[in-house]
Amino acid sequence: MTVNVVGKRVKRVDAVAKVTGKAKYTDDFMERDMLVGKILRSPYAHAIVKKIDVSKAKALPGVEAVLTYKDVPDNKYATAGHPYSLDPKHRDREDRTILTKKARFVGDEIAAVVATDDLTAEKALKLIDVEYEVLEPVLTPEDALKENAPLIHEEYDNNIISDFGYQIGDVEESFKESDYIFEDEFETSIVQHCHLENHISYAYVDADDRIVIVSSTQIPHICRRIVGQALGIPWGRIRVIKPYIGGGFGNKQDVCLEPLNAALTLAVGGRPVKIDLSREECMIATRTRHAFKYKFKTGVSKDGKLIATHITAISNNGAYASHGHSIAMSAGTKFRPLYSFKSIKFDPVTVYTNLPAAGAMRAYGVPQIKFALESHMENIARKLNMDPIEFRRRNLLGEGYVDPLNGNKVLSCGIHECIAKGKELINWDEKKEKYKNQTGIKRRGLGMACFSYASGTHPVGLELAGARIVLNQDGSVQLQIGATEIGQGSDTVFAQMVAEVLGIPVDMVHVVSTQDTDISPFDTGAYASRQTYVTGMAVKKAALEIKEKILNFVWGMTDIPAEALDIEDANIVYKHSGEVVMPLSKVAMQTYYDTVFAKPITSDTSNNARVNAMSFGVTFAEVEVDIKTGKIEVVEIFNVHDSGKIINPQLAEGQVHGGVSMGIGYALSEEMLFDEKTGKPLNNNLLDYKLPTIMDTPDIGVAFVETHDPTGPFGNKSLGEPPAISPAPAIRNAVLDATGVAFDRIPMTPQRVFEKFKEAKLV
Amino acid sequence: MLKKISFTVNGKEVSLEVNPGETLLEVLRKRLGYTGVKKGCAVGECGACTVLIDGTPTDSCIYLAVWADGKEIITIEGIAEDGKLSKVQEAFVEEGAVQCGFCTPGLVLTTTAMVQSGKKYTREEIKRELSGHFCRCTGYQNIIKAVEKSLED
Repeated sequence: MTVNVVGKRVKRVDAVAKVTGKAKYTDDFMERDMLVGKILRSPYAHAIVKKIDVSKAKALPGVEAVLTYKDVPDNKYATAGHPYSLDPKHRDREDRTILTKKARFVGDEIAAVVATDDLTAEKALKLIDVEYEVLEPVLTPEDALKENAPLIHEEYDNNIISDFGYQIGDVEESFKESDYIFEDEFETSIVQHCHLENHISYAYVDADDRIVIVSSTQIPHICRRIVGQALGIPWGRIRVIKPYIGGGFGNKQDVCLEPLNAALTLAVGGRPVKIDLSREECMIATRTRHAFKYKFKTGVSKDGKLIATHITAISNNGAYASHGHSIAMSAGTKFRPLYSFKSIKFDPVTVYTNLPAAGAMRAYGVPQIKFALESHMENIARKLNMDPIEFRRRNLLGEGYVDPLNGNKVLSCGIHECIAKGKELINWDEKKEKYKNQTGIKRRGLGMACFSYASGTHPVGLELAGARIVLNQDGSVQLQIGATEIGQGSDTVFAQMVAEVLGIPVDMVHVVSTQDTDISPFDTGAYASRQTYVTGMAVKKAALEIKEKILNFVWGMTDIPAEALDIEDANIVYKHSGEVVMPLSKVAMQTYYDTVFAKPITSDTSNNARVNAMSFGVTFAEVEVDIKTGKIEVVEIFNVHDSGKIINPQLAEGQVHGGVSMGIGYALSEEMLFDEKTGKPLNNNLLDYKLPTIMDTPDIGVAFVETHDPTGPFGNKSLGEPPAISPAPAIRNAVLDATGVAFDRIPMTPQRVFEKFKEAKLV
Repeated sequence: MLKKISFTVNGKEVSLEVNPGETLLEVLRKRLGYTGVKKGCAVGECGACTVLIDGTPTDSCIYLAVWADGKEIITIEGIAEDGKLSKVQEAFVEEGAVQCGFCTPGLVLTTTAMVQSGKKYTREEIKRELSGHFCRCTGYQNIIKAVEKSLED
């Protein structure tokens, strides 16, 4: 193949649509007489609706419907974007109804109105009279775990969603073999995805009496199923359409609006109804990232070998289970392929509190555990008086590691090379020497942190992905996938894969970017950094099938055996010489119009991945800390990734830039704040929630160590989420290096830093 | 009480009656169909709804439609001429400055205003000019490159 587009900086297939404003997002489609749906939210974190009177709201001119919990199906359902499981024990906790009689966080959904316009809908909400019995709010996991704590969900015996963990080996025995035992505690905060497009959907009933939902979702096929479950109607009666979406980062891997939206259109005879959350609503009533508290007890030998670790974790899940305990278990699983421990005990507990529900967010529990673990590693190295990089190196696992619990095998691992490259890029040795013995107000320091991650969810979740290709008359092809483009660039890398296999230029591959559950192949969607790896294999298989059919067709036309032929630059060529036999377009025309042999060439295939490739990487950071103000500036930061073969370096760099920037926000500024007594949100807007602006973001250095994973379609492994994992601990470790102060909590806001410096008598 | 206003959008004259409470964002998107203008927060925090009003980048979500009377409005739909991408648009495509694309129209318009100003900008000045735009996907890295490329002679 001479085209060789895999590995090239191919321009995004949707870039022109997006720079011209032609790309259509959910809010950009106009349905005639679209009605407005708005939600009445609880002002209390924990309360029961004693009385609700909607008569005044219903009487307001322009109001078409008012629904409360009494008017919607009482089916309990789970909202997490996980594949359905035929095993009931493996399903997510079903703890939601479309509207609720019991408020479990400030913002919980009590009633909804449908009106002709926004203003009327807002007025109607104010006309709903609700009498609440206010209950004691449970705002911290510690309070939720207390005996006799108020129950957030009465149908369960306590506020624990799950406390399932694991043990590998025997940590107590291993501690006895250890020369030293080190203990640390860490804490992370609740943060939010802040995708630029808020959650939005609209729904109507079509001429065939089916419910059509257009939604900004990462998971259209899963969404269809969950709407069916919530409404108690056959899944095939629902059609979900996903156009371009303005970011998701996991928050749209959850079904937040669509069941209510379906109920609202049904309440108005199938007329179109739109629910368009405000930023303030979106920040509390969709999902957040779980705050974790971690305790580590780790046994180490004199020569710096890790022997055992006992990890205790408390995960604050908020009011509803959503992804629930999967987040803690993902954390407890994905760190394992990095360092060698003889024994590991992982004791997580995931609890309900009266705060917004936490769900999936980029890297799914791993940024939390890696902040804790990599900070812990740094503390241990210092106590052992060892170089922190050498300490980590001594304990790395590498190729050949087979996970004892899930059987996943590390077949490619470039972590040593990543570390070496990062060290060189930041000029580690020279700067370490230079920054010794600083005493001024502004002090610099260096830190690093490593991570491991997975590509998809196997074997925990089903990893099914579909792809369909049609050869057009001119030799171009259409590619349909059920996998979703959410900004990460999946449509472009899939186009490259098809072009590579078929020997045609990328611009001859038309990717159908919109997913429509009536038309698109089945795929569970964008999460777990799975699509380039799992869906990529489906795309490759479909393209190989198309190629085989084309060459066989040419065999019929020319009597040149298929195995003697290839496709290069949209021509059929002799494989041995490259000499052109005929243009691909000629073959394509024959497949449509030959009076005897016409048979359009298509493929429709799927990939059920039962493999999982581990990706690795490292962040190196340099900070300057202002001792007097507590301000931390990231001076330099480099992320080096082993994500296997890089399909498109430009898009891959873009993923790293965005992930690192999210990691910097996680380390230094982002935090959702709630009133300690009432649970009311204090900063659910983009002014008070400190998202990094362009002024806060330093130059972000990116490098790749390209390994080849034999299980990836082109040797590739996960990349979407991993860049967000290791910046926070690397920055924390750099601050420790600069100041000698070991932070155990993020974000390291100037306030918190200043207080800690005062405690350490630096100021 | 409706008020009649007239302005141009991308060079085309428009006259319509608006409610005094309507924002320019609502009028452009819902009444006139310029859906390239994006709504990210509706309160002037994120910059996604930026349009050029008499050449100045402005959050259309907190700009009342009545204020637009007599003004020249440019939206993202008016940047490409005769189907050809502008230099700024080309630069955003070439430099990989686009991911989900939701902040892109606003950024392209602010950058266009910078190019039209004829001024020279240092990297810090570029950052300051763009600081009213949030982007959650790109870490701003390729956006800065695209702006620098747009500003090259």
